[in-house]
Amino acid sequence: MNRTFDFLALSQTAANWLLAILCVVLAMQIAILVFIVVRRSGKTGKCRIRERVRSAESRSPRQKKSSRKLFARVCADGYLGLVLALLYLPILLIIVFSFSGTSRFSFANGFTFDSYKQLFDSEYNEGLLDALKYTAILAVSASVISTILGAFSTIGIYALGRKMKKITLTVNQLPMINSEVVMAVSLMVFFAAFSFVFPQGMTRLIISHVAFCTPYVVLSILPRLQKMDPNMYEAALDLGANPFTAMLKVVFPYIMPGIVSGFAMAFTLSLDDFIITQFNKGDTGIETLSTYIYEDARVKSLEPFWFAVFSIFSVVMFTLLLLMNIKKNAKEAKK
Amino acid sequence: MKRKFRFRLTRRAFAYPYMIFLLLFVVVPLVIILINAFLDENSKLTFANFVEFFSDAGGGLTVLGNSLIIGLVTTLICLVIGYPCAYFLAKYHASSRVFVLMFILPMWVNFLIRTLSTKAIFMALNVKLGMGTVMFGMVYNYLPYMILPLHTTLVSIDHSYIEAAEDLGADKMAVFLKTILPLSLPGIVSGITMTFIPAISTFAISEILSGSKIFLFGDAINMHFSKTTNSFGVGSVMSLVMLVLVVVANVIVNLTSKDEEATSVL
Repeated sequence: MNRTFDFLALSQTAANWLLAILCVVLAMQIAILVFIVVRRSGKTGKCRIRERVRSAESRSPRQKKSSRKLFARVCADGYLGLVLALLYLPILLIIVFSFSGTSRFSFANGFTFDSYKQLFDSEYNEGLLDALKYTAILAVSASVISTILGAFSTIGIYALGRKMKKITLTVNQLPMINSEVVMAVSLMVFFAAFSFVFPQGMTRLIISHVAFCTPYVVLSILPRLQKMDPNMYEAALDLGANPFTAMLKVVFPYIMPGIVSGFAMAFTLSLDDFIITQFNKGDTGIETLSTYIYEDARVKSLEPFWFAVFSIFSVVMFTLLLLMNIKKNAKEAKK
Repeated sequence: MKRKFRFRLTRRAFAYPYMIFLLLFVVVPLVIILINAFLDENSKLTFANFVEFFSDAGGGLTVLGNSLIIGLVTTLICLVIGYPCAYFLAKYHASSRVFVLMFILPMWVNFLIRTLSTKAIFMALNVKLGMGTVMFGMVYNYLPYMILPLHTTLVSIDHSYIEAAEDLGADKMAVFLKTILPLSLPGIVSGITMTFIPAISTFAISEILSGSKIFLFGDAINMHFSKTTNSFGVGSVMSLVMLVLVVVANVIVNLTSKDEEATSVL
């Protein structure tokens, strides 16, 4: 490496970094602006009046104190902004420099879409597309199975006796609190011991994903079920429904929000999982997105191709979660 | 009467498949790990695995010690950065769910993507990979896990307690130290476990961000179960140690928040 002092190059890299940080700050400000607009539009008139009254109250009594309060608030917001910057900086830098076509974090080659063009090049994307396919199959099947299993078993668990309920819920918590490595290793040893029942590959992966997703589904449905008036079910029975219809027409519609959020949780967990997949994929050549990234990118330094991939995934994930939450917020505001 | 009995029976029956599932895929695997810890390569009963681990023959105990220290420091940094964050969020932005969401969103981007991104940035900046970068990566990865439980408890503190303390003549410092801090203890404890347990048992983060130089407990477990080394016995002992740590951490969490969460779960 050439270590001589090269002022031109240095100033260029410095300028590049400055540019990148500026871009990031700009992007964050736009994001915050969007949030504020969304929040304002989501609020009902009543809330706004209440807010105005509150701000009037805080403004009135002692001005000196209020100015000090304002200062404290600005400091607090500055701190929050700093932490947010820390949390988002790496991802945002990757997004910004995915348009540079290099992996050296500089715009020396100018602004290009080269790394995005590589996405359509079969030389680069072959393994990735396979990984994408397997990830999708795994996430969909694991989340559907665990949602169905979780929904029925929660109703069952709710009806269990006190002691059995306690035991079941404690065991149910195990996959959530347990360290992921231990869970993955134990499943691997288990599958190896009973390898004649569980063939390598998808079967093992789906079972292991269901095993760690279902507890979250159960715990997202259970509170909803506990809130439900037991008389509703009895009333359905009194009105001539058999237990099965009563469950289908009364209980299920009531716990539907829990089921939906449980499904979303299971889907994202399965999509995001790395450790359990890594241990249980075996040598059938199945790679999910995470394991593929791990195998390909950890040894080499990050290629421009990965910049594009990472950017797309981060943006997709962010928008998905934001949309989900904004929708939820809007629904709650209506109520 | 007969109908009621039948419905109880049918509804309960829905839990049985899941109970069998849990038994088969959660309890039995852990039991197998337990059995494995007492077996040598020829499946004979032995205590050699425990002896090997606790006498530090393969360096397992040293790795555990290092991991505990790194995990502790990471957790401490997360707490120091995260507590003010959660506090300010609860104090100034209690009504805004979106702002809190922004702190949790990074959690949902795959941690490999985030870790490899930080590595690429460190490499571009010519930062030497080592303890510092691993620490940064861990804090960066686990900070949301610290902020989330802290924020939940801080938001749920009844504001009248704070007002009562003020009325009784406490100044700001006293209000914080004697009212807010003790009331947020359950959040602190659960935040600590949510960062500490993954921090000592993770693998990949330390491997990527130190260039395979720093070796944590999760990496050690991973190594013992890989095909090349194939020392399942010692790996099982390590998993058991990890399991004990997890159980102890959760007992502590349940003790500190016994009035609220314990009742809501049961």
